[in-house]
Amino acid sequence: MTTLTSTKDILPPPTERIGILGWMKKNLFGSIGDTILTFVAGAFLLWLIFAIGNWIINTAQWAAVTDNLQLYMKGQYPGSEDWRLWFLMFLLGLLIGLAWGIFLKRAEAVGWVLLIIPVILAAWLFTLGRQSWPHLLFIDVLAIIGYFLGKRYPKKLARPTYILILLYMPLVILVVRGFGQEGFMKLVPTNLWGGLLLSLLLAIFGIVFSFPFGVLLALGRQSKLPALKTISVLYIEIIRGVPLITLLFMGQLMLPFFLPAGITIDRVIRATVAIIMFAAAYMAENVRGGLQSIPKGQYEAADALGLSGWQKMVFIILPQALRAVIPVLVGQFIGLFKDTSLVALVGLLDLLGIARGILANPNYIGRQLEVFAFIALIYWVFSYGMSYGSRRLEVALGVGER
Amino acid sequence: MTFKESDHGAVPFWRDERYLQIIAQVIVVVVLIAIGWWLIHNLLTGLEALGIPMSFKFLGLTAQFDIGESMIEYSRNSTYAQALLVGLLNTIKVSFLGIVFATLFGIIIGIARLSKNWLVNKLAAIYVEALRNIPLLVFLIFLSTSVFHKLPRVQNALSAWGWAYLTNRGIYVVWPQPAGGWDVYKWFLLGSFIIGFIVAAIKFREGKKTGRMPLYWLWGFVVFAVLAAITWFIAQFMAGPPMHLDFPSLQGRNFKGGKSLTPEFMAIFTGLVIYTSAFIAEVVRAGIQSVSKGQREAATAVGLSGFQTMRLVIFPQAMRVIIPPLTSQYLNLTKNSSLAIAVGYPDLFAVGSTIINQAGRAVEVILITMGVYLTFSLLTSLFMNWYNKHTRLVER
Repeated sequence: MTTLTSTKDILPPPTERIGILGWMKKNLFGSIGDTILTFVAGAFLLWLIFAIGNWIINTAQWAAVTDNLQLYMKGQYPGSEDWRLWFLMFLLGLLIGLAWGIFLKRAEAVGWVLLIIPVILAAWLFTLGRQSWPHLLFIDVLAIIGYFLGKRYPKKLARPTYILILLYMPLVILVVRGFGQEGFMKLVPTNLWGGLLLSLLLAIFGIVFSFPFGVLLALGRQSKLPALKTISVLYIEIIRGVPLITLLFMGQLMLPFFLPAGITIDRVIRATVAIIMFAAAYMAENVRGGLQSIPKGQYEAADALGLSGWQKMVFIILPQALRAVIPVLVGQFIGLFKDTSLVALVGLLDLLGIARGILANPNYIGRQLEVFAFIALIYWVFSYGMSYGSRRLEVALGVGER
Repeated sequence: MTFKESDHGAVPFWRDERYLQIIAQVIVVVVLIAIGWWLIHNLLTGLEALGIPMSFKFLGLTAQFDIGESMIEYSRNSTYAQALLVGLLNTIKVSFLGIVFATLFGIIIGIARLSKNWLVNKLAAIYVEALRNIPLLVFLIFLSTSVFHKLPRVQNALSAWGWAYLTNRGIYVVWPQPAGGWDVYKWFLLGSFIIGFIVAAIKFREGKKTGRMPLYWLWGFVVFAVLAAITWFIAQFMAGPPMHLDFPSLQGRNFKGGKSLTPEFMAIFTGLVIYTSAFIAEVVRAGIQSVSKGQREAATAVGLSGFQTMRLVIFPQAMRVIIPPLTSQYLNLTKNSSLAIAVGYPDLFAVGSTIINQAGRAVEVILITMGVYLTFSLLTSLFMNWYNKHTRLVER
């Protein structure tokens, strides 16, 4: 047995394990098959980048997109009420900044990049002569202020931030819709809502209103009472067994019949009802997953303390169950946001509906590729951004790890 | 000392939990039935006021509209019921083919996602993340309007060495057609299949008995393929070649021969396949990753080769995790095929919506459509329950 006495005897690690070359050898050219695979995949990737880049810069004509940015974003929402939308965006920026500062320990490069995107967007819009760049810049400024505030006073601000986040979605509905006929915050009828605004609102409506139903259905499904259980199971399984589009058609064509003669509801609300019915069934299954993850000991402990059935549910079981399903709920929200595109098939002017409407304009004939690439990008940025953000927050909070 | 019930006084029934539970349930059921009755009453009277009382008799009337593609005999003079059947068969066709191809692509991408090759791994990740975050409907309409309807006209069709032609009116591919010897050969083919199946069953039995499972499906397939090839020549000798390849060719203003696939079918089919394969890839990846590292190491330690490790150790365990989410992806694909209405493919829902527009039978048609999709999902969950029972881990 030998012992090393001086550091001179310790050899440096073999070159194939370190540096860029070592990394490449390990990950790209490990064997002959690997090398061939790398070249094929690399050639394909280069071709793809070149083809797409060439199309974006040389072939595509972006007039159908750049002329109608306002339509894509908010449909026919009156310009005089734009400040309400901006107000909500500012609040969102502040909240994101606060949450980030309070819950995430360090400023991450990706996060900064996400915040910088609106600035770049602002610069781009500025060169096109749009007037919204100061607003977009202001969102970033608010987010950064929120971040430093949250970082500085994490203890004090945690509770208000939680409450604000919970209140944010109902607030959105109130502010966008407004109240009263005239003047300050006047009512904006739903047929003027459109574009991305409508898509987001439908998803928010769906998630917020399906939540209580979903929780009730989940509890019903877990219940020992046979009648409640049967009703819940029937509802959940029937709704989950049919496509959303049939529910939307049912909402548009059958809902008017279900109500007594003389009562009419507008189309956005009809679609919303269908979406809520749909989302509630999936919400119930998600919440049930959370309920099942609660160990039996928690129920027994609550019983031992002498809590009643309701107290046990409200104070012991549900808070833990809901905390465990937050990541799944974010996933459901993303899915719902994508699913709202189906309302275009029943004639609503959401992001996809607006896009189809613009393509019907003779000025933009044959510009399908540009328009669909643009709205697909919007959907993508939102869905991916939300899932990325929730994943980071999950790691930071340790949600679902207990 | 003995307790008597009367010592404590009987609990009055309004505070007895057993009675309360029953009362609560009765109240809930009564309220729900009342609401349901009220809604249905409104519906029935409303329909009657419009002069279209609820009935399914309209199914026997003539449809008077054309359907772009059909797997069975159908014309304008057929009934509404037949039109719905055409739609149902089209739904089954696109779902079945979609499931087969989406599974194939999904497995390939899922394995690529686990590749040690960094570039391949990242390409697969981009594929998955790009598709999972856009709505299927946008993707479908994009495929329909900017890909399959943007192909060149019939006169200057894109040709793939004469084997396939891509045009904006559809895709034409070379297809085998039964010829003279087919009548004999189809019996040979059936015989070869049965013999192949028997060989596979014997090998499977053998494996069960000895504990060394051979590749029984491969055995069966090879026997079948060899027999099919030999009997091909016999049939050719007896009554001419059983099949010939039918090449599509431009005749007049359209292509004749071969197999034609409409742009509508191609849009919904490729859309469903590409979109679902991204989800299946994630399912496959998660399943394979769920098998603990120790299993792989143990397999290597016992001296199994890479392929054997995969086949005998990793795969059977991964399947248990993969199958449930995979079936729910299949169900999603089937339900998503109802978006065919956006690209003009006449599936059940699209045909149904035509009937709604034409005959005004919204309630009945929606009920039928929902019933069909519900049946699909019920059958799937029955299968799932059966499968779960069979593969459940038997724990101590």
